[in-house]
Amino acid sequence: MRYLERAVTLEIEPSRCNGCGMCASVCPHAVFRLEDHRAVMADRGACMECGACARNCPQQAIRVRSGVGCAAALLAGGPGCAPTCGPKDGPTSCC
Amino acid sequence: MSADERCTSATVPDRRDEPWLDGMRTTAAGEVPRVKTRLGALDLLGAFEARWAIGRMEYRVPPGLYAVGEPTAESTVLVTANYKLSFDRLRRVLGGRNAWLLVLDTKGVNVWCAAGKGTFGTDEIVRQVGATGLERIVSHRQLVVPQLGAPGVSAHEVHRRCGFRVVYGPVRAEDLPAFLDAGLRASPEMRRVRFGLLDRAVLVPVELVMGARHMALIAASALLLGGLGLDGYSLANVRAHGLTAAAMVVASFLAGTVLGPLLLPWLPGRAFAVKGAVLGLVLVGAFALGPWPGPVQTGAWLHLAAWTLLVPAAVSFVVLNFTGATTFTSLSGVLLEIRYAVPLQKAAAVLGLGLWVTGLFVR
Ligand code: SF4
Ligand code: SF4
Repeated sequence: MRYLERAVTLEIEPSRCNGCGMCASVCPHAVFRLEDHRAVMADRGACMECGACARNCPQQAIRVRSGVGCAAALLAGGPGCAPTCGPKDGPTSCC
Repeated sequence: MSADERCTSATVPDRRDEPWLDGMRTTAAGEVPRVKTRLGALDLLGAFEARWAIGRMEYRVPPGLYAVGEPTAESTVLVTANYKLSFDRLRRVLGGRNAWLLVLDTKGVNVWCAAGKGTFGTDEIVRQVGATGLERIVSHRQLVVPQLGAPGVSAHEVHRRCGFRVVYGPVRAEDLPAFLDAGLRASPEMRRVRFGLLDRAVLVPVELVMGARHMALIAASALLLGGLGLDGYSLANVRAHGLTAAAMVVASFLAGTVLGPLLLPWLPGRAFAVKGAVLGLVLVGAFALGPWPGPVQTGAWLHLAAWTLLVPAAVSFVVLNFTGATTFTSLSGVLLEIRYAVPLQKAAAVLGLGLWVTGLFVR
């Protein structure tokens, strides 16, 4: 399933990348691929803005407006507000 | 009193009497409780209750270090959250293995949600590594962290602050044995989240329970309001309009919480608000044209117009709220939907309500 791809804010600064591959390992949607020892966005539209790549890039080469894409939480508290998570578990669940 | 002493004196005693524990393992940093790798009836009952949001606030595991099997100084350390369902899922796949489990204090929230909030994160890993005396228990300096925790964890920061190297494990606990057997290597398939029919189906009960109170309140108000009419307030009106209205509220709620998640990939559009609105229109169509005395047969055109606005607005709103439970909706996308869809939903709701009330007084 794909979401609103043009809304995605993910950006990479190739000159900072050292090709460590961390972004590709942590991304749950296979957005990054290594090409000639540099990370490239192979599927930018699949990004869910979880922020895992940016947080784990040792070179700070990645920027993304990250947060939980959850309407209930955003309506209740505005962006950046932690949602009240339900008792859901596993990869398929949030707030 | 050092952090270690505080930990062993305060948390271990109340960890001993849990039914899922199985004795103690002596280590260089004191006794560590051992967990069973087979789930008991109580674990399964608890999982069922958590799925239905019964007593969910108590469903946590005391944080700290646990042993699986007979772990040694060389055994792998697996990090997890202290939400019991996450914890149970992990220990169940570790049958016949020796490992350490480092349970972070995420306030009983699962890995994915806690990582988004930052409670499953760098600070808490560094804190638990220190509090449990992990560097005295294991000789290696490696932690296996679930990949879904990565939004909250910075691998290089953990390494800098406590000397442990973070290796990200697979997304799903079921893949953990294969990951461990492959020497801590995850296949690309293990790194991807899925959101299949079953994944969506298990979320339905919680959506139902969480929304039920609001739904009941609205349905009851609709039932009572329906008694109004030109002839004052009457039970006959409640039967004629209130019952229909309450049924529409319940039907919209069920469509949004059950059909919405289940039919998600097949509903047209990418925006959840659009998917919900389409589902709502189908529902109104079934209501208007179905083999029962609907508004078309009874000539209640104002009410048909009202429901054509109200039901899609309501279902659209409920389905939009499901974005929080999915694994592919981005913050920016949801903000975009809120900016455009919510004002439309509100306008349709106000207009629809006006038409419906007018319809009570016009014959
Ligand atoms: S994590 Fe950063 S440095 Fe490493 S490959 Fe990705 S962009 Fe490059
Ligand atoms: S923000 Fe998350 S989904 Fe988007 S590219 Fe980074 S790791 Fe992948």
